Amino acid sequence: MSRSRSAPVLFAALGDPTRLRLLRRLSVDGPLSITRLSEGTGLTRQAITKHLNTLGNVGLVRHARHGRERVWELDRRRLETAKRYLDQVSAQWDQAIGRLKAFVE
Amino acid sequence: MSTDRIEKRVVLRAPRSRVWRAISDAKEFGTWFRLTLDGAFAAGKTVRGRHDNFKVEMRIERIEPERYFSYRWHPYPKDPAKDYAEEPMTLVEFTLEDAEGGGTALTIVESGFDRIPLARRAEAFRMNTEGWAGQIKNLAGYVS
Repeated sequence: MSRSRSAPVLFAALGDPTRLRLLRRLSVDGPLSITRLSEGTGLTRQAITKHLNTLGNVGLVRHARHGRERVWELDRRRLETAKRYLDQVSAQWDQAIGRLKAFVE
Repeated sequence: MSTDRIEKRVVLRAPRSRVWRAISDAKEFGTWFRLTLDGAFAAGKTVRGRHDNFKVEMRIERIEPERYFSYRWHPYPKDPAKDYAEEPMTLVEFTLEDAEGGGTALTIVESGFDRIPLARRAEAFRMNTEGWAGQIKNLAGYVS
């Protein structure tokens, strides 16, 4: 499955109060069903599903099966990827700085 | 933790003028960075170079003698078969100060990673893993 993960698409996905509220709930309460996520929003399950799919397309949430129930949860891989990438670039700078040190001292 | 920037700080036991030359002189920069560059650094200029088998392009932003040097480039990974021209660049900034007790305090900041497509960032692990697999193969060939 190809996903749009560029920053503008990500920001567009985040630029909606309902979607931000859904993300906040998933990060506080953990995996939740559509029924639970729809409660108190005044929106239909279909409308909530549409918002969750938008978040899913940029890799922020995913749906999973917990027992017999289908739930939505935060997809932490996105953040992990970003962190692990930075660790690698960081290690490269450390090596370059080591060579610079040997060069000027 | 920020996923957008890296900051490094090091104290070098060398005068500022020496450290400045190692950073602002393209030939010296290339020596320790392991790049072969095609010209001198000047603000607004694009300097091209090679590192192993991939191409590097540095867009020089600002030069303040013995104090500050910055440029933009496409960060790691650099796959020779791919064109990065359309992708956002990161900003690299070198700041020099006198260190307490002598020597030069150098700060390096690279920022703008959050604008790099996540797929590209994920690729770094694959390339790194392949790199290691290659190293282990070389080693295996060497010892057997």
